[in-house]
Amino acid sequence: MALALLLLIPLLAAVLTALPMERRAAPWPTLVGCAVVLGLAIRVAWLASRGVELSGLGGAFAVDALSALLVALIALVGATAALFSWGYLAAGGAHRVLASASRTRLYYVLFNLFLASLLAVPLLSNLALVWVAVALTTLLSAFLVAHEDTPEALEAAWKYVILTTVGAVLALLGIVLLYWSLRQTGGTDFTWPGLARAAGRMPHAPLWAGFLLILIGFGTKAGLAPMHTWLPDAHGQAPAPICALLSGVETSTALYVILRLAPILDGAGLPRARTWMLGFGIGSVAVAALLLIRVRDYKRMFAYSTVEHMGIILAAAGFAGGGFGVAFQIAAHALAKSLCFYAAGAVLLTTGTQQIADLRGLLRSAPAVALGLLTATLAVAGAPPFAVFMSELAVFKQGLAGARYGAVALLALFVVIAFCAMLRHVQRIVFGADPATDETPPMPRIPRACLTTLVVAALPVLVLGLYLPPFLRDLLSAAGRAISG
Amino acid sequence: MNETTLTWLHHLDATLGGLFLLTAIGVVATRQMLALVRLFVGQALLLAASAALLAVALDSPHLGAVALITLLAKALLVPRLLARSVPRVLYGRREIVQVLNIPSALLIAIALVVFAYFFARSLYGPGAGSFVRINLPVGVAGVLLGAYTVTVRREALAQLMGLLTMENGVFFAAAAIASDLPFIAEIAAAFDLPIVALVIGLLTRRIHERVGNTSVGLLTALRER
Repeated sequence: MALALLLLIPLLAAVLTALPMERRAAPWPTLVGCAVVLGLAIRVAWLASRGVELSGLGGAFAVDALSALLVALIALVGATAALFSWGYLAAGGAHRVLASASRTRLYYVLFNLFLASLLAVPLLSNLALVWVAVALTTLLSAFLVAHEDTPEALEAAWKYVILTTVGAVLALLGIVLLYWSLRQTGGTDFTWPGLARAAGRMPHAPLWAGFLLILIGFGTKAGLAPMHTWLPDAHGQAPAPICALLSGVETSTALYVILRLAPILDGAGLPRARTWMLGFGIGSVAVAALLLIRVRDYKRMFAYSTVEHMGIILAAAGFAGGGFGVAFQIAAHALAKSLCFYAAGAVLLTTGTQQIADLRGLLRSAPAVALGLLTATLAVAGAPPFAVFMSELAVFKQGLAGARYGAVALLALFVVIAFCAMLRHVQRIVFGADPATDETPPMPRIPRACLTTLVVAALPVLVLGLYLPPFLRDLLSAAGRAISG
Repeated sequence: MNETTLTWLHHLDATLGGLFLLTAIGVVATRQMLALVRLFVGQALLLAASAALLAVALDSPHLGAVALITLLAKALLVPRLLARSVPRVLYGRREIVQVLNIPSALLIAIALVVFAYFFARSLYGPGAGSFVRINLPVGVAGVLLGAYTVTVRREALAQLMGLLTMENGVFFAAAAIASDLPFIAEIAAAFDLPIVALVIGLLTRRIHERVGNTSVGLLTALRER
């Protein structure tokens, strides 16, 4: 029941928001709904860390530690995104134009539906339904990406929908092939445990083709290079709180399906799947690091950083026994990347521009926002003592333990390049000499809800870098075992 | 069911598969938008017909229901949703500028079909049923031709039709190789297509209103410079 509630509450919030009401009232169903969902999700994660695997609705929902981790992260980013949206929309968004009441309501309706579809991916047990949920995440967020309604936002939404849906259809062919291989063993249980049980007897040809199709198809949605081209557009143009969801958790839900396949392919005697994951992962980190050097827009910069992180996660899954690092990196990425987009949203609200070149000396003109941006960038780039530093360290350690020295060296090299590139851009924005200090008009204040979100989102990134509570360590280890098999 | 009937059904399914391939190749090359939508409806009908035929041949009421859902969701609902969401003027549009001219586009399309045949051949063993041997290669070819359409066409509706062709291809293959998927999954997956059509149709309308041009392949404001 608790699991069904996780989906029902956002759906109820969507229905309530669809009722005619004033613009000022529109955020409330979402805020309350997200708070309740967060509470439920934390309970599910707590139980999973103690080894309790919930299921519901006659087995339609099933949650192990990896699913619970995803559910908790989606709920957390959903809650902070709802809070940020409140301030962001009230301030009129990127162009400081207040949206009409009906458009504001549409935003929140889609926000809740999108959230429900994201939560459905780890909750559902049947793979065909998981596919439907992943496909819906794109379709329900298309108009959130296009919310600003500029030609650029529409172009971004178009590329996002077309490319990720092409990917989803390729993945669907993969899912069908997977089911076909399962049926040839006589099995009918099309769930993750069902596949794992039948893995040893599955015919190799359709299983391998299915894996590659899902890797490429959902890899497109996760933003893996070279299928990442839509990602900086969509994550650069969507409203900041939507970017937090897109970048922080939507990419991870697509990757989740690929990660789940790894132990199944191990069981079938196809360990080369891990090698492919390692290769794709390192390739994505490399492409992202090089693109980060030349980027000119700070939201696109954080988008490329997502490509980098997805690459690290996938590469880590390629290391034997790398599960803990993978799970930790997924969590650290969700927390740090959502913080980044809240900071980016705050900068956009204050300055009205996304161009790095237009921004200098922000520390003097808007100190709170500048500090937020600097903290977020340090956190996401992997500076100590933030969570991403610890998770990347865990990944490298795991790679070294498996004697993958070359792979770890390459990863470390590109991570350092990405770190330097991001810090160079943000250092200019924050500290750079402002050519026109005297005549700049006073910057508009950013809404209190946005500032609160920045603080709330920054806390876990900092705390988890310094101290990992035992319950979380248990959850991450158990989630890791679901990936390393 | 006796041997001769099965052989006849086999031949009939091969004919349906051949016609399905023709519609998919037609989507690659048809310039006129309204004709494209009609081609898609024909394609959905062929898909439903093949599922119905397999329902009889494999004695599966499940597949019969799938055929009915396909008819409802794809052949009836999709064109209606498109007619409501996409502005009328776009239907009359002819796509003049294409990345490739039609003869070379068709040559590549034929190469893709040949590739699909060999790819599908590598997936099944010698004991595979006769319907798998028809539906799997045709389905894979549909997916490839659809993906090819999305990459070479520039008009929004044409790209959408490529996407829908891809999805039809998957279902054409699935009718033979995943004929007993849980029913709820079958329904959910079948209704993905109308939602895709609706969302992309509405997005096309918005682009038409705001940008004034639906040659989405030519939108390049966001390229990294």
